[in-house]
Amino acid sequence: MATVIPTTAPGRPPRRGRRSGVNMAGKQMHGSKLTYVILSVVVLISIFPFYWTILAASTSNTEINKVPPNWLPGGNLFKNFRAALDNVDMGKALLNSLIVSGCVAAGTVLFATLAGFAFAKLRFRFRNVLLGLTIGTMMVPYQLGIVPLFLLMTKLGWSDHLEAVIFPTLVSAFGVFFMRQYLLNALPDELVEAGRVDGASSLRIFISVVLPIARPAMAVLGMLTFMASWNDFFWPIVVLTSDNPTVQVAIDNLGSGYVPDESIIMAGTLLGTLPVLAVFVLLGRQIVGGIMQGAVKG
Amino acid sequence: MAVATTESPLEKALPPPGGSSWRSRRARWDLKFSPYAFVSPFFVLFAAFGLYPLIWTAWTSLHKVELENPDQSSWVGLKNYTDLLTDHNFWNAFRNTFQMGVLSTVPQLLMALGLAHLLNYKLRGRTFWRVAVLSPFATSVAAATLVFAQLFGRDYGFINWVLHFFGIHNIDFQNGTWSAQIAISVIVTWRWTGYNALIYLAAMQAIPGELYESAAMDGANRWQQFRHVTIPGLRPTIVFTIVVSTIGASQLFGEPLLFSGGGSNPEMGGVNRQFQTLSMYFYERGFTDQHLGRAAAIAWAMFLMIVLFVLINTLLARRTRSAK
Repeated sequence: MATVIPTTAPGRPPRRGRRSGVNMAGKQMHGSKLTYVILSVVVLISIFPFYWTILAASTSNTEINKVPPNWLPGGNLFKNFRAALDNVDMGKALLNSLIVSGCVAAGTVLFATLAGFAFAKLRFRFRNVLLGLTIGTMMVPYQLGIVPLFLLMTKLGWSDHLEAVIFPTLVSAFGVFFMRQYLLNALPDELVEAGRVDGASSLRIFISVVLPIARPAMAVLGMLTFMASWNDFFWPIVVLTSDNPTVQVAIDNLGSGYVPDESIIMAGTLLGTLPVLAVFVLLGRQIVGGIMQGAVKG
Repeated sequence: MAVATTESPLEKALPPPGGSSWRSRRARWDLKFSPYAFVSPFFVLFAAFGLYPLIWTAWTSLHKVELENPDQSSWVGLKNYTDLLTDHNFWNAFRNTFQMGVLSTVPQLLMALGLAHLLNYKLRGRTFWRVAVLSPFATSVAAATLVFAQLFGRDYGFINWVLHFFGIHNIDFQNGTWSAQIAISVIVTWRWTGYNALIYLAAMQAIPGELYESAAMDGANRWQQFRHVTIPGLRPTIVFTIVVSTIGASQLFGEPLLFSGGGSNPEMGGVNRQFQTLSMYFYERGFTDQHLGRAAAIAWAMFLMIVLFVLINTLLARRTRSAK
């Protein structure tokens, strides 16, 4: 629920080496100077808010409101970090988010790989119907379920507990579809069949044949799910309170007036963004690849 | 590997049906039931946390139910729905959602298309550009909105400071109707343009180069190639991004909620509800006013709108294709 993960697009299979920025001879053209200038402007706009967050988080409230602004970070970063940690228990929020996003990513990847394997390579009755149903669930807006889900959590005694944000997002239709598409091509029928001939059970084949082959796609799905779960907003603020927040709930509390100091708000925002930004900087290439791969395979 | 020529190699790989040993029986059971076991976690969890709430919401939308006592409900039929028709807050939220949907989706997708075209050139530092353009995707709704709320500040905001060089003075983004809606749309656009650009880029790379060659031989210039080769090649992807962005836009919630900068009722979307969306109105009805039945009716109305939109879109896409 409320997971904003990319969905796949209908499209053609990729043909490597054929690019649309091509000249008469069908060769890909180099970008002109203007291309680089425009791209640089776009990149500046993309990263400017990050830079602004750092600027604001490292100054004091009075300096932040100077016009024109200071272009260099100030020296109050750690003081503001500490204030944010004290004000809304950002430390607990970070730990909570780590637990939630870790569980959701692990669960989504495991269940999606299992189901994706079944849909891609195993024969069973109602397979296409069930696959259609799975994809159909992606169209349902999450608001439809929020109220009963909230009541359900109250009945289970899970409201304000992390279970309430973990369990409803533990499976994702997108994930199932993503893994199916990947395994359809990446896992040769012959390998599954060879396992059968050797007398291996389906589970055995899953563990020793499917998992090693699926690893790259599992990594991409894991990262995307982790990011989406970390950034999830609507459902956590409905079911969690400021006593046991995830990072997004804590940031929401920072922003809704509990903390009057804007540089502390920005310090908290920065704390909440840094982990996922670090993932992004380290694994950006794979994330980009995963999104593009998900986009083309239809 | 031996019987790879048959239509369904997996069944062929079964142990011979004659052997009724425990081993082969187990293998048959495994083949028959394992697939269901493998897909069951998804369906069990979906049934509990997706389907059950859905049905409950449909049922509740026909009742008068209060949040403090959800077990006590009285049947009101379609009253919750008919009430929406005369509820001007509902129509206000509907209009706002629609306006911000257009304001964010249209520029976002157009810019993404242009950006994808640029990224499709042979570039030095290709990966760097792609990752940098996608970086806003790594932020959360909450983080992005708080930063932008500050940038859009009335007195000391960076954006007003930039605008004053163009002779525009101190816009009160938060309290205007259009200014607030534009500001919120900017946040949405900032977060999602790079993501959509990568989707388009992937589809562009799947267009065969020969199409451009033959277009060039027919004397098509670059713009004509873009119009007559690239755009038609991207059509399914474009339809897809329109549908996904619209579903996202119809559920807009976090950005306007946080843009209001707190206060006692952030879900009102500004003092005059000038940027309250349907999701926020749903939240207000369900959790602030505690009228669950009315909230459920809003949720179903939203769902119907999305289905309607997807249908119209599919029909239009089919028509433009057959008209060609």
